[in-house]
Amino acid sequence: MEWIDFATPKTISEAVELLASKGDRAKIMAGGTDLIVQLRGGRRSLDLVVDGKQIPELNEMSYSAQNGLVLGAAVPCYRLYADATISAAYPGLMDSATLIGGIQIQGRATVGGNICNAAPSGDAIPAVIVLGGVCHIAGPNGTREVATEDFCTGPGRNVLETGEILVSVHIPAPQAHSGASYLRFIPRNEMDIAVAGVGSSVVLDASGQNFVSARISLASVAPIPVFAKEAADSLAGKPVSEAAIQEASEKATAAATPISDMRGTIKQRNHLVGVLTRRTLNNAVQRARGG
Amino acid sequence: MPGPTHVQTTINGEEVDFLCEPRQSLLEVLRDILGMTGTKEGCNDGNCGACTVIFDGRIINSCLVLGVEVQGREVTTIEGLATADGLHPIQTAFLENAALQCGICTPGFIMASKGLLDGEVDADEGRVRHWLAGNLCRCTGYDKIVRAVLDAGQKMK
Amino acid sequence: MVANIVLSEIEYTHVGKRPVRPDGVDKVTGRAQYGPDITLRGLLHGKVLRSPYAHARIKSIDTSQAEAYPGVRAVITAQDLPFASLTREELGAGYQALKFASNHILASGKVLFKGHAVAAVAAANLHVAEEAVKLIKVEYEELRVVISVLDAMEEGATLLHDDLFTSSLGETAKTASNVAAHSRFEIGDVQQGFADADVVVEREFQTASVHQGYIEPQNGTAFWNSDGQLDVWCSTQGAFTVRAALADVLRHPVSKIKVTPMEMGGGFGGKIPIYNEPLAALLSKKSGQPVKVVMNRIEVFEASGPAAGSWIMVKIGATKDGKITACRAELALDAGGFPGSPAASAAMCAFACYDYPNGLIDSYDVVVNKPKTAAYRAPGSPQAAFAVESVVDEICEKLGVDPIEFRLTNASKEGTRRIEGPVYRRIGLVECLEAARSHDHYQTPVDGQPNGKLRGRGVASGFWFNRGFVSSCNVTVNPDGTVGVVTGSVDLCGTKASIAQQTAEVLGIAYEDIKPSVADTDSIGYTFITGGSRTTFATGLAAINASQDIKQRMVERAAAIWEAPVADVEYVDGVIQHKADSELKMTFKELAQRSLTTGGPITAQCNIDPSGEGNSFALHVVDVEVDQETGKVDVVRYTALQDCGKAVHPSYVEGQMQGGAVQGIGWALNEEYFFNDQGQMSNSSFLDYRMPISLDLPMIDTVIVEVANPGHPYGVRGVGESPIVPPLPAVANAVYRATGVRMQTLPITPGKVLEGLWDKNEG
Repeated sequence: MEWIDFATPKTISEAVELLASKGDRAKIMAGGTDLIVQLRGGRRSLDLVVDGKQIPELNEMSYSAQNGLVLGAAVPCYRLYADATISAAYPGLMDSATLIGGIQIQGRATVGGNICNAAPSGDAIPAVIVLGGVCHIAGPNGTREVATEDFCTGPGRNVLETGEILVSVHIPAPQAHSGASYLRFIPRNEMDIAVAGVGSSVVLDASGQNFVSARISLASVAPIPVFAKEAADSLAGKPVSEAAIQEASEKATAAATPISDMRGTIKQRNHLVGVLTRRTLNNAVQRARGG
Repeated sequence: MPGPTHVQTTINGEEVDFLCEPRQSLLEVLRDILGMTGTKEGCNDGNCGACTVIFDGRIINSCLVLGVEVQGREVTTIEGLATADGLHPIQTAFLENAALQCGICTPGFIMASKGLLDGEVDADEGRVRHWLAGNLCRCTGYDKIVRAVLDAGQKMK
Repeated sequence: MVANIVLSEIEYTHVGKRPVRPDGVDKVTGRAQYGPDITLRGLLHGKVLRSPYAHARIKSIDTSQAEAYPGVRAVITAQDLPFASLTREELGAGYQALKFASNHILASGKVLFKGHAVAAVAAANLHVAEEAVKLIKVEYEELRVVISVLDAMEEGATLLHDDLFTSSLGETAKTASNVAAHSRFEIGDVQQGFADADVVVEREFQTASVHQGYIEPQNGTAFWNSDGQLDVWCSTQGAFTVRAALADVLRHPVSKIKVTPMEMGGGFGGKIPIYNEPLAALLSKKSGQPVKVVMNRIEVFEASGPAAGSWIMVKIGATKDGKITACRAELALDAGGFPGSPAASAAMCAFACYDYPNGLIDSYDVVVNKPKTAAYRAPGSPQAAFAVESVVDEICEKLGVDPIEFRLTNASKEGTRRIEGPVYRRIGLVECLEAARSHDHYQTPVDGQPNGKLRGRGVASGFWFNRGFVSSCNVTVNPDGTVGVVTGSVDLCGTKASIAQQTAEVLGIAYEDIKPSVADTDSIGYTFITGGSRTTFATGLAAINASQDIKQRMVERAAAIWEAPVADVEYVDGVIQHKADSELKMTFKELAQRSLTTGGPITAQCNIDPSGEGNSFALHVVDVEVDQETGKVDVVRYTALQDCGKAVHPSYVEGQMQGGAVQGIGWALNEEYFFNDQGQMSNSSFLDYRMPISLDLPMIDTVIVEVANPGHPYGVRGVGESPIVPPLPAVANAVYRATGVRMQTLPITPGKVLEGLWDKNEG
């Protein structure tokens, strides 16, 4: 690895100042499981790594039934699934947190880092998108909020400007009769990059028989995680049925623009989007119904 | 460019001081600076688990932690398991169940297993296999490792 | 715990038991010293500059900036190898061999694969060495890349070497080629054989390059002292092989090279060749300090020795009664950039499980722009078995015959002649087949379609020769009655235990009193590699013979002490006693305690090159579950049966069977080298080179079939390699039975399964 300096700011403004002063020669690090690999592999070149883990707001993880989840960008995945209340409130998010890398990776990797890394295959991103997560950003010009579906702008690129950091992701409190699910397809049973991934969330009516609304997001099938709005909106107001789910899955496939690479072909990925959309919608429905 | 960083930390219950460059991983610090070669390098990118240590109570890949990040924290390595009184039950179980052949993955598996069994001595086969999914073994096919971990869980009750 | 051992006839005291291995404590505590763990005063770290191109001419190399970089102590290129200043006249017939060996270590003239070493730097620490290596300027002229064997064999293909001429059936070709060698084996008349058949199946198969996947990278540390003594420490399967290879390529006398084998983190055949050791040696010579060179994982994939990829055609004919009439095969295995694939071995193994009257096999060793292949556990046999056992499965289906019954009808037995000539002595293939047929796994019906997925069962057989080769052993009786057993056999997988058990068995003393150790090349007689499934057999035999001598010397020593004729003294169960006078008796320990004052330590030594090794046959049964919507294949049940001869340590024999089976499962399902269209590997990391993880597998059940090998006193056969052979076809056959799709290329990835299902449903 090339030489790097390492700074441990204690406040957001300290971090912002450091990053602003170095521009693209500095980056903030949470778990490091992506950044260290990139630095070592020569895919990223920095003069300064700024440790985000000493900043209280980035380590916050708090939940209330009214306000939902505030998830600091430096909170490792394991803290999420170690919390019984949060696990019970957001099973869809747990789907992602429990499959990023293995247990060792989950001891360090963070949802916030996964979002900022902005890989098309980022396993946390579709789950956060379909849960309506909003990214809270702080920078030299103050704070701003960006919906997670607007956060990634290209493979490895995001909306953060010079000096800005992701402070936390806010996920709304789960609505009644709602459920979410994330599934990805990989050739082994763990440790792989998703060939395709789908996150789905649904809100049902009180009877549990009809869709009120839905959100669907796709991983690994476009330069950024796809927010499949049309597919999800096609469910609104419809009775829960195989046909409705099938239609949504076809629309989700239509929203995908995969490439062929060593992990999968276009045809395979399009097919998997359909399969995983159906499966996650069914899971989400089951969870919404209390199953 | 500035010089190396002075880090103070606790390793296997003892206070340790060392100098390292920020670019050096905890794995490098352990092996090359502190001479603690029990933790192994297999891939250096978080995909094999041979470098597994326990950091603040969680199993992590030491190749993906910088040496400077352990300032003021607690690290447990394979060297910290056996005592003058004998081997840790997990170590004994690995020997009794012939759960190692070349042994290069063994320290990583033992540390990973400790991370599981310290919290869940009754973990079943499925749980054990899932927990150990981040540790690669090429010699054993995992069968005897899983049996050893299940056996160790019983020993640790 | 002998439930999984069948046909054992003799119960021994130590052989066949499961003691804890003598070196286990160091491995579970992290104290064991593996190659990368060594540290020496003044140690420098080496880093290698490697070609980014798969095929290119080297036009120039400028190392000046690297040499001037602060902290750099030495820089080397191919010019630093002796070959660079030796002429064809001086080397004579050995010219090409040395050229290939030297150019493999450091490229000269051309680079032949991406990752081919071009230069190396030694510096105070690895980060500095990495920075310096980037300053070496190499000018390349890219050439057309040849990756597949079929492309390489075509008329007009781009040639890797303009001085490689096909050696075929005793003749050498006149024009250069990418085919290094062509072998042919023939028996009977295949034309007639196929004419006599009621069913004939002919298929083509391809397998991708795969890697042995050992978790520890290749490494070498060297110190070239000012008196010319070269000391080397490395993780290797054979210290003497390393010494010989270094002597050859460095033109340095064997007497001035000492190789100390460190503990090794996996080999499987891939840690036999040298890679880093000569670089470390030359860097040390230039810098005057010890140098350590360790590959990183990318380098292991791109520049060590993967297993050969292959193209194989198999044609088998059989009568409606299930009797094979003819076997035909063509096998082309890729050798990587330099010749030496296991094409001929693949040919010999292909039909080894069968007794058939007519056969014709052609095999081709073909160079391509990939890293030079190395051995991988039964080299060539898995690739051949994938093809042959798939065709056999298809024939069974066409004939409506049970796959095990078919194999029993045609099984090789004692007296069967393999196509290349050797006649089998006592072997246990039939016993394996019978054990499989009656096993609970095979008797349990395949669960039809649980939770919407498809299930299927596959079986396949496999063969490996196993070897003898040279081993040495020194046995010393210590004054306290413990026994030191020194060998040159690096312990990969529990052989210290199995050798200690055999020694204890001969001497009739406690297993715990045997102290086995592995010595460097100065301290033990020549010993061939730990590989070829030979260590328990050959090094065991050396230990057995040396121990027999120990017994004799104990008898002679006691006779001297008692002033009795040697013929009146005997050694029985660890006690040395006078045959007539029951007062005159000493235990092993008692005699040992008196040894130093009665003539000195009692020692013995054996060097052996045994014949009498035993082939090992295996039969594996696997149930898979296929998700039709995603193409994912899961192994849900696996049973490995193998004729292991006498299992000296059943736990380690089981370990070989389980480990080999899982490597084979990986080879079958997910492992492959992806090359882009410029011949560069795209997946040189454990992330995308997908080896099986614990969550991918069930327990691997084993059945040890003990048909004693008559060539060894305890009936030992080699066991380590055969287990990797059956899984490739067994999994492929299981996928077929589950899905109706015959997989003719490996790996059987989910994408391929989906394509197969789609084609089947459309057709």
